[in-house]
Amino acid sequence: MHEMSIAEGIRGVIEDAAKANSFSRVTTLRLEIGRFAGVEKHALEFAFDVVMRGSPAEGAELQIIDIPGKALCYDCAESVEIEHRLDPCPNCGGGKLLAQGGEEMRIKDMEVL
Amino acid sequence: MCTVCGCSGHSVEDQFRAHLEKSGQAAPKAAPLAVLAQAAPAPPAPAQGHHSHDHAHHHDHGDIHIGLGAAGTEVPGMSQERLIEIETDILSKNNDFAGKNRVRLAQKGIFATNLVSSPGSGKTTLLCRTIEMLGDAPLAVIEGDQQTTNDADRIRATGAKAIQVNTGKGCHLDGRMVETALDRLALPEGSLLFIENVGNLVCPAAFDLGEDAKVAILSVTEGEDKPLKYPDMFAAAGLAILNKTDLAPYCDVDLDLYEANIKRVNPEIEVLRVSARTGEGMQAWLDWLKRGLDRKAAS
Repeated sequence: MHEMSIAEGIRGVIEDAAKANSFSRVTTLRLEIGRFAGVEKHALEFAFDVVMRGSPAEGAELQIIDIPGKALCYDCAESVEIEHRLDPCPNCGGGKLLAQGGEEMRIKDMEVL
Repeated sequence: MCTVCGCSGHSVEDQFRAHLEKSGQAAPKAAPLAVLAQAAPAPPAPAQGHHSHDHAHHHDHGDIHIGLGAAGTEVPGMSQERLIEIETDILSKNNDFAGKNRVRLAQKGIFATNLVSSPGSGKTTLLCRTIEMLGDAPLAVIEGDQQTTNDADRIRATGAKAIQVNTGKGCHLDGRMVETALDRLALPEGSLLFIENVGNLVCPAAFDLGEDAKVAILSVTEGEDKPLKYPDMFAAAGLAILNKTDLAPYCDVDLDLYEANIKRVNPEIEVLRVSARTGEGMQAWLDWLKRGLDRKAAS
């Protein structure tokens, strides 16, 4: 359940941004979450609702943008997109891939009042 | 229009955009300045997002990166709302603590490992054996568990310094906990620091503590497909220790398959086969630590 810690991280960033930009309420929050970030979306949505209570983002809509997983294939040396960490290379079928993207966990932007 | 808050602005691009809006043309939402300059052959573009403010409200640009203003982020039909670009890592606070820990450890040439595994893989036994074999080398251990000081007690019984961090319900150590522990450990230059994370093969993968490397420990009783079932941790680790190899003959396991599966998840990972109980493979692990320490001293 580290989604709870992730939600607390989000709250911290929002509270800092609220001070820096003088807003009182977040209506929509957009996150970019990589396929390999190890984040369970439903758990994060649940944790978000709970953790944001009493913060400017209480009741805010959470939008999660999926970032595809990228990997370098050791066999064909191509950079490819894969769905799961252990998928074979879609280019050559090779099984040795080094993940190179898809571990993102970022707050992209938010609509505020 | 003000690129931060949507108030009326006075720059050339603002007037151009207002003009487009008035004349019914869609205002380019993220028009690069060059395009604007082409359409309205006019004065050099002022720096983005800056214009004089003669109205009463304040813009406090703190340490968070607020994109490049509303030139690219206006939301039509939301007069009151603003879109603020944050582009910040969700775990940025944790990463700040981890970064500070890393600097602090580097200043003293301390080589820090973050030991991660499922509960029961033999992390503490491995550490006790390691400490015995290292003799007088300066070192300390930060022990993470949900409850009890059992592990720190076992480490202290070897004569080594240990701090127990109880996370309560927490499933992982974070950067701040390690900072607090470091405050209480007076570590001499060139020490080894072992951070034994909470036994959990999932969550600790995401939390940087400021360590030099994550060391994933997997015991031979856990099943050859474990790296495939819990790939994130093996992907994040720099070294995998296949522990309890003395039990392999009793478990019908294929050590080569263990290793192949670990490398399938992370082709760059190093793998060592170790039995902390019999001492088999322990020297290779100590050599790995020594190399890390030497690298730290050289940098």
